[in-house]
Amino acid sequence: MPSLEIRDLFVALAATPDKPIVKGLNLTIRTGEVHAIMGPNGTGKSTLSKAIAGHPDYVITSGDVILDGKSILEMEPDERARAGLFLAFQYPSEIPGVSIANFVRAAVQARLAEGEELDATAYYKRLYAKMDLLKIDRKFTSRSVNEGFSGGEKKRCEILQMAMLEPTFSLMDETDSGLDIDALRIVAEGVNLMRGDKLGVLLITHYQRLLDYIVPDFVHVMYDGRIVKSGDKSLALELEAKGYDWVKQELAASSAAVANA
Amino acid sequence: MSAPALSSSPVEGFTSTRFAQHLSHRAYLPAWWLEAKKAAWNQFNALPLPSRTDENWRFSDLKGLDLSGFTVPEDHSRQIPNVSSFPEAAEIVFSNRQVVARSHVSADLAAKGVIFAPLDEALRQHGDLVRTYFQKHPANLGSEKFVALNTALTVAGGFLYVPADVEVALPFVIQHTLTGHNVSVFPHTIVVLGPRAKATLVEFFVSGGSSSDAGRSLANAAPTERQFVSGVNDLHAAEGAQLTYVGAQRWSRETLAIQVNSIAAERDARVLSLNLHLGGRQARHESHSRLLGPGADGDSEFDQRPLQTHVSPRTTSNLPYKNALLDTAKTIFSGLIIVEPDAQKTDAYQKNRNLMLSDTAEAHSLPGLEIQANDVKCSHGSTSARIDGEQEFYLKARGINPTEARRLLVSAFFEEVLNKLENEDLHAALTGLIAAQFKK
Ligand SMILES: Nc1ncnc2c1ncn2[C@@H]1O[C@H](COP(=O)(O)OP(=O)(O)O)[C@@H](O)[C@H]1O
Ligand SMILES: [Mg+2]
Repeated sequence: MPSLEIRDLFVALAATPDKPIVKGLNLTIRTGEVHAIMGPNGTGKSTLSKAIAGHPDYVITSGDVILDGKSILEMEPDERARAGLFLAFQYPSEIPGVSIANFVRAAVQARLAEGEELDATAYYKRLYAKMDLLKIDRKFTSRSVNEGFSGGEKKRCEILQMAMLEPTFSLMDETDSGLDIDALRIVAEGVNLMRGDKLGVLLITHYQRLLDYIVPDFVHVMYDGRIVKSGDKSLALELEAKGYDWVKQELAASSAAVANA
Repeated sequence: MSAPALSSSPVEGFTSTRFAQHLSHRAYLPAWWLEAKKAAWNQFNALPLPSRTDENWRFSDLKGLDLSGFTVPEDHSRQIPNVSSFPEAAEIVFSNRQVVARSHVSADLAAKGVIFAPLDEALRQHGDLVRTYFQKHPANLGSEKFVALNTALTVAGGFLYVPADVEVALPFVIQHTLTGHNVSVFPHTIVVLGPRAKATLVEFFVSGGSSSDAGRSLANAAPTERQFVSGVNDLHAAEGAQLTYVGAQRWSRETLAIQVNSIAAERDARVLSLNLHLGGRQARHESHSRLLGPGADGDSEFDQRPLQTHVSPRTTSNLPYKNALLDTAKTIFSGLIIVEPDAQKTDAYQKNRNLMLSDTAEAHSLPGLEIQANDVKCSHGSTSARIDGEQEFYLKARGINPTEARRLLVSAFFEEVLNKLENEDLHAALTGLIAAQFKK
């Protein structure tokens, strides 16, 4: 069964490699599973997901990321994507002058074998079907990528791309932020339809709310660059009730215990 | 009329003997034309090459203007690939100085008085018409010496005339292909739209590589022959006419190309002039737009040396000049907006945007304003940017390879102006031309 293994990962900004943001994170995701990472703002969730996707602002100073038994650290971002990784961005870029249709088409084309031609009719049929499902107006195909989109439209557009590209592992960074409850339902429905034994999901979120709609198999709490607590979906509820301060205090207590031992 | 003596040229490839031979081969052309050529030849020899102190040539590589070694190629025809694959009203294809392929306007358009012919043929059959518009409003932006050389030696060129109230939907196409080492060519195209006429002319300027690779696909060619081009255009749009002019050049990496365009728009005319510079070692583009009648509207894109002169009241001009710079490409933007005393209520805007695709590319910008009227709105601005790293990463994160990602972003940069073209096939052809720059 395919897996994405994050092993003792340290990530820093490329500009300041001696100041780690992600500090020794371990996590294994298998296809068929949905993992949620919850954590306060600034704890390194986006840094983790962007570093895995190969963003040039970040360096992995130690540790490894293994996709299907192979390290991806030497791979270019586009190679990682074609190998089956997908990052749904917390803040998707606006690209004026590149239409959604041409953008997704280029991404689909990139996955075809050398010399293989994209079947344009089939492509549009599939694109329209997914758009209908995500309640995205078909007129959006000719609009520039994310340009002038509302927050909710941007997030739905991310899910549309994920649906078209069919990744093996999807890292979804705060896909719920900026969504009203209707948009959240649509997005969650889209993700739930893709769930199954061909897809593993890492759901990054700040709030428990999303997890009512996309019910995770595992919940991890991230704090100060590492995972400090793991459990099932009830952990999310507990966290929601007690707040992040609870994690902080527990952590302080246990490190004090270690110090006293 | 006494024929002036021909002065001798200091440039070895352009000798008086060669020029005299050029004239004698064209004795069948109207006398006024031959006289104009002689006068231009003498002017070419009399004028100095641009010098360091010449404000019009600030930042220019003057050593690159060395004309030694260039020759006027002997006429010969050859099979060359056709660049345009979209529906056209008519087409003329030049190989060096020779017409090698041509399609004529439909009987219907011909009956309406539309003329589309190589310059030589137009001079013979419609000499007076050509004479009326030939260099009617010369551009004086620094390249007078090269314009004179063009007049003296021009052979490859076209004449398009669309009479009043005639609208032609499909584009007219002129292709110039230059083949061989050290060859030079002097295209001169004249476009005249009568009142309320509407037409599009597309000119492709491409290097065809050495004779040994004849027939190779242009899209993939990256010829390196040293070549020299001095081109001139006279574009006229009468009252209420709508003219779209597209000039797209993909010269070899060793081509010195100087293009001087003069655009005249009468009352309520609309001129869209779009110039794509994709090749060349040193490409200089001068453009002088004259908004002659009230309400005239000029749009001119990508030009390097624009001069907008507002002569009449209530004219509008908006000139976003865009360049994408690869390798060691260098662009010089020296725009000038002149608002003459009578041109009240002028609204003029110049913008220069450069997309730098390499660390060794250079962009210089010197926009200027010269306002002699008091009730006007004028502004200009210039920016140079690199490809946005976040946008590039976003594309790559979707599996799109780096070359394709850059191609998409460069096309996007040009799309802001390309999307002004009504004709979708033409739009696609130009997008394709840009894309071809990024093929490995
Ligand atoms: N590109 C960046 N430039 C500067 N600081 C950054 C950058 N990315 C992350 N950081 C810093 O790293 C820390 C973690 O940020 P981030 O990964 O965005 O956290 P989260 O997604 O959990 O809110 C923060 O202190 C943030 O300011
Ligand atoms: Mg974040």
